[in-house]
Amino acid sequence: MSALSLRGVEKVFNPGSDQEVRAVHGIDLQVEKGEFISVIGPSGCGKSTLLRLIGDLTPPSAGTVSVNGKTPAKARLDRDYGMVFQSATLLEWRRVQANVELPLEIMGMDAAERSRQAAAMLELVQLDRFANHYPWQLSGGMQQRVAIARALAFKPSILLMDEPFGALDEMTRERMQSELLRIRAETGTTVVFVTHSIPEAVFLSTRVVIMSSRPGTITQVVDIDLPEPRSDETREEQRFFELLTGVREGLRAVEGS
Amino acid sequence: MTYRAEFLRRLYFRLPAIGIFVGGLIVWEGMVRIFDIKGFILPAPTAIAATFATETSDLLAAGAGTFSTALAGLLLGGFVAVFTALAAARWRFVRDGALPFAIAANSTPIVVLAPIANSWFGLRSPLGSIFVVAILVFFPVMINLVRGLLSVEASEIELMESYAAGRLATLWKLQFPHATPYLFSALKVAAALSLIGAIVKEFFGGSQERLGQYITTKAGLLQFEEAWAAIVLASLFGIALYNIVVLIERRVIPWHVSVRNA
Repeated sequence: MSALSLRGVEKVFNPGSDQEVRAVHGIDLQVEKGEFISVIGPSGCGKSTLLRLIGDLTPPSAGTVSVNGKTPAKARLDRDYGMVFQSATLLEWRRVQANVELPLEIMGMDAAERSRQAAAMLELVQLDRFANHYPWQLSGGMQQRVAIARALAFKPSILLMDEPFGALDEMTRERMQSELLRIRAETGTTVVFVTHSIPEAVFLSTRVVIMSSRPGTITQVVDIDLPEPRSDETREEQRFFELLTGVREGLRAVEGS
Repeated sequence: MTYRAEFLRRLYFRLPAIGIFVGGLIVWEGMVRIFDIKGFILPAPTAIAATFATETSDLLAAGAGTFSTALAGLLLGGFVAVFTALAAARWRFVRDGALPFAIAANSTPIVVLAPIANSWFGLRSPLGSIFVVAILVFFPVMINLVRGLLSVEASEIELMESYAAGRLATLWKLQFPHATPYLFSALKVAAALSLIGAIVKEFFGGSQERLGQYITTKAGLLQFEEAWAAIVLASLFGIALYNIVVLIERRVIPWHVSVRNA
């Protein structure tokens, strides 16, 4: 059973009105368990919409989405998803530890178990020393790591990430990418990752999905056959550059159309 | 930093304000003496201070009566406002039905209800004053809190949805904490309003052991030093009530921008 299966998925906003927007169209995609899929494409190509369709934050206008063999709504209620957005969206009145505990609290987990699990997650993102800090006392990169810890706290089988490192500087960004790969290796989570950055997509993914805009649809899927585990050396390998070129050409074909 | 050094540091930053306060009193006292201003126009600060000493028990009794009325009205109006705001945030029909009227009512001078409250609750009942204060406090607190409850980011709501959080969990764990700074800024305004409401209501009759009655009576008897002493006391109570709200605010929302650097 695929972790994710999208067939003929379409999303139209404001259908029938003069502000009708066909955000995504004719999306077919299978994602196997444990894969790391990056979605890349020009602004407004519907990348985020695709992620929101998978996460049941918006319903498709046509087609079917199936998550671990279930409807997205069922998957959401079963807490199959962890989500990370571009902004960390930490709750500013909660300290770091309490932020990570939030989803566990909502699930009704008892306090001791919750605290134990959140502490383990903070250790995973190497922020256990900052458990008692407020979010505003952390840098942007650290806040985003807290958001990742929070998304993983209830051990979801799928992690949905919408440009999570988009607001970070280049060095922090690369460190976060390595960090994310390490976490994924430890947890075996399936990841769908939306990004603007070609090197980021190539470095992280098992497959890169290239989308075009108007209508937002998948034009190409590039297999990333870089060996794992990947490290900073990976970024300097010949194959890495070849794959960058491949994705860039794929994107250029899209922009040109 | 030692306790003493911290005290001196704070004193240093307060010096300009203290200077203006003391200077203002001296100028006031000097003007009254030099131009021989009559007591019914403006008594000297020393005369007012002297009256405090002679009329202490009457003034404190009146002050305590007014202060407790204002506080009771503030608490009553505040609590009802919080529950109404939560209901308005939770149910769209409450919001759509009630909010336009609340905003309209908030733009009217509600204190005009003061003379009428006497005929509803009787001249001597403290309930009339409490009622006027509660109404006065209700609208700004309710409207501000609703605004706070509804001003959460769409992404934060989606985050809660992704955890399959119910409406109540979203209200308690996201919207209400997010709205507490709004609640406190409304309560600070309401603290001042509550004393205004209580005193204006008392102008229209009721117990003699209230600041409003005390001021009108003494002014009627041309005892202006007493009236001014009561006015000063009312100001002090207003400042005290405001600061109580600020102290609670600092304890409840230490994380908020307005508090964390203070």
